[in-house]
Amino acid sequence: MILNDLELKTSPAEGEVRIPSGCAISAVIDRSGKRMTGEKIIRSIATMHDRSNGLGGGFAGYGIYPDYKEYYAFHLFYNDFYSKKQTEDFLIQHFEIVYSSEMKTRKLKKITNEPLIYRYFLYPLSKRLANSLMDEERYVVKCVNKINAEIDGAFVFSSGKNMGVFKGVGYPEDIGKFYLLDEEYSGYSWTAHGRYPTNTPGWWGGAHPFGLLDYSVVHNGEISSYDANRRYIETFGYKCSLQTDTEVITYVIDFLIRVKKLTLQEVAKVISASFWSTIEDKPEEERYEETFLRKAFPSLLITGPFSIIFGFTGGLMALNDRLKLRSMVCAEKGDLAYISSEECGIRVIEPELERVFAPAGGQPVIYTLKDGGNRQ
Amino acid sequence: MKTFIPAEYEVVRDFNLCTACRLCENQCANGVHSYDEKRGVMVADSLQCVNCHRCVCVCPTHALKIAKSADCYRPNENWSSQTMNEVYRQAETGGVLLSSMGNPGKYPVYFDKLLVNASQVTNPPIDPLREPMETRVFLGKKDVEIKRDISGRLIDTMPPQLNLKLPVMFSAMSYGSISYNAHEALARAAEICGTFYNTGEGGLHRDFYKYSKNTIVQVASGRFGVHSEYLSAAAAIEIKMGQGAKPGIGGHLPGMKISDDVSRTRMIPKGVDAISPAPHHDIYSIEDLRQLIYTIKEATDYSKPVIVKIAAVHNVAAIASGVARSGADIIAIDGFRGGTGASPTRIRDNVGIPVELALAQVDERLRQEGIRDCVSIIVGGSVRSSADVVKAVALGADACYIGTAALLALGCHLCRSCHTGKCNWGIATQREDLVKRLNPDEGCKRLVNLLSAWNLEIQEMMGGMGINSIEALRGNRLMLRGVGLNETELRILGVRHAGENV
Repeated sequence: MILNDLELKTSPAEGEVRIPSGCAISAVIDRSGKRMTGEKIIRSIATMHDRSNGLGGGFAGYGIYPDYKEYYAFHLFYNDFYSKKQTEDFLIQHFEIVYSSEMKTRKLKKITNEPLIYRYFLYPLSKRLANSLMDEERYVVKCVNKINAEIDGAFVFSSGKNMGVFKGVGYPEDIGKFYLLDEEYSGYSWTAHGRYPTNTPGWWGGAHPFGLLDYSVVHNGEISSYDANRRYIETFGYKCSLQTDTEVITYVIDFLIRVKKLTLQEVAKVISASFWSTIEDKPEEERYEETFLRKAFPSLLITGPFSIIFGFTGGLMALNDRLKLRSMVCAEKGDLAYISSEECGIRVIEPELERVFAPAGGQPVIYTLKDGGNRQ
Repeated sequence: MKTFIPAEYEVVRDFNLCTACRLCENQCANGVHSYDEKRGVMVADSLQCVNCHRCVCVCPTHALKIAKSADCYRPNENWSSQTMNEVYRQAETGGVLLSSMGNPGKYPVYFDKLLVNASQVTNPPIDPLREPMETRVFLGKKDVEIKRDISGRLIDTMPPQLNLKLPVMFSAMSYGSISYNAHEALARAAEICGTFYNTGEGGLHRDFYKYSKNTIVQVASGRFGVHSEYLSAAAAIEIKMGQGAKPGIGGHLPGMKISDDVSRTRMIPKGVDAISPAPHHDIYSIEDLRQLIYTIKEATDYSKPVIVKIAAVHNVAAIASGVARSGADIIAIDGFRGGTGASPTRIRDNVGIPVELALAQVDERLRQEGIRDCVSIIVGGSVRSSADVVKAVALGADACYIGTAALLALGCHLCRSCHTGKCNWGIATQREDLVKRLNPDEGCKRLVNLLSAWNLEIQEMMGGMGINSIEALRGNRLMLRGVGLNETELRILGVRHAGENV
């Protein structure tokens, strides 16, 4: 379980260069809140094997830790025991750790070079939190950023409540099996990502989904607005250290929802705004709202190809760029709803669908639990 | 001792082609050409020539050209002919040297050392002929609070904005420094193109109030032509704190350009040099500027954006940061190559810094301080082409001002003699016979053509980068790479060297 440290480093590490990636994404949600294992989502993403190249795969599952749903679930990669010790010292100073263990994994031939992987359920120490003068979520985000930025060899890759990100270097279906998602976990929604990076960083933290508290993003595309978005969002205290689209998109969504208190629909109108010519033809009320949003957040418009699935507690949002330069299909059957880069990723797990459609560019598709997110 | 300064240019006439029609004589306000009755030929006094090319352009038989004079002093790398002539001139007159238009000196042009990116393979370029390509820009404060009505609908809380169809405006050029017809052409072109022109410090002529929706009015240190109606008419109000061509000093309009009409519009006496003070005498510090900004806002009911125009000088980033915190909606930065109708030569040629560096630093500083959203940034001085616009936007500008390029569209040939008031193209003059040479209809059409062409080119370049809205280009410095720049220059510009991967 110790990272192979005998290999000499020849290519730059993740975050040192910007790595364009092609990808496959997929997601499923049971809107009744009924939980399913990761078996379906693994089969879905496996069908789109050719959209990945074995250099990154990952999943996010929601509702998977019902017994610990009050606690933040931190998933960590460690390069060595020294970084683990440093991190745990930090965690103890800032959190009450309710439970911790090494992540259960299955040894697979195709998955090599894995780091140490640990999981902690924790909540902020009340005194530390009060002294910080921050709200709880901000406090947790600050702690995560501190570990990721300052403890060499440690990386928090999941930090939400009752959800978890699982990722690594390899084909996504192998990563899914490696983490035993098909046996050990059931959730009401799952997202998956297969990565096709143009470089070979081979760092587990660089795989997707990218998580921030209970938000997770999987993304296929290469945005042309990257540096405009990055430089803008960094003025609000975010630090884009991985230089990936997914990272900056997650921060943008977090900023618009958590700080600016916009709705998901409104977020879509900022990052994937309608063209001015389209807005002019809209009814008065929509025109008023969309014009305002474009005028207020011009630097958060995202251009260039992207298809994203944004996961949050109680739901999913699928969104394409305004020109729809990446394929993405949605489908529904009963309480189940599906999103995938290709229709085959849906048909393979549910051949008989009630509705299949390709959402138009900039048109968000939002699926939420029927009881308004108050799930098991 | 009488100083003789040889002609810099020689008028060369092909006598095989010349028909002695005397059109050149008629067109030259400098009195270069004349008809020698005795010999029956046209002659030229090259000493009077400013090289404005008017005669060359109008000559029906193309018999004329202007050549650099072969006459020279003994070559000296340290003492150029120009430097020597300037000494002679000053020894003769005891005066301050005057010049016009932008700094022509041999300084680096950073726009020419920046290259733009294009998309391929991993993401697609976008075809502007087939897909929408947006160049619309709103200028003003963006740092709004999100507010909702009782039913949860968003309320538009935006402070006043300027709505531009393309990120290019005509920069401040006063009526007085340029002609009535030039102003009319600029105003009408701004209206047609969905952008703005700027009155400069010369007030707003009565006839042009009808274009006020596309007019930015200026309040400069001389307060020429400023009154409440003037402020109320405008789309935005610009406080001119500095000018790139002459940082640290005020404006100078030579008396011979102050006609009746100019005198009335500026509310100053006719025929006397109009020299606006170097500072605003009610602004000796940043807190004073804040008071003027809010005075103007009060006077106009907070309905118009206030622009503060500053010259690019060494501490421009700190100044801009102060301006952004003082209530300005927009900051205009004017580079050291910016034009002028008249400036002391030494100041024009030696004071200020390149606008590319100033822009990069201002944008970065405002971001570091988390106040980039408080203001929009306009840059000018000098933006010469659509490629410069694209590069400026990628460095962080919201929009650009063009002055010289607009004058070129109207016929200017950059002879840099505006201060003499004898512009043969009818632009930088108030002499009626010269002004009427500039047809406002034609001038307007040429300006519209120029902006339309630039807009198409901007769209092409954006499409190549896979960007379909100018907002996504703003501050997108990864789209730029430097060539032949040293580490310091790259650091200041915030771009990597060409060939360096991201």
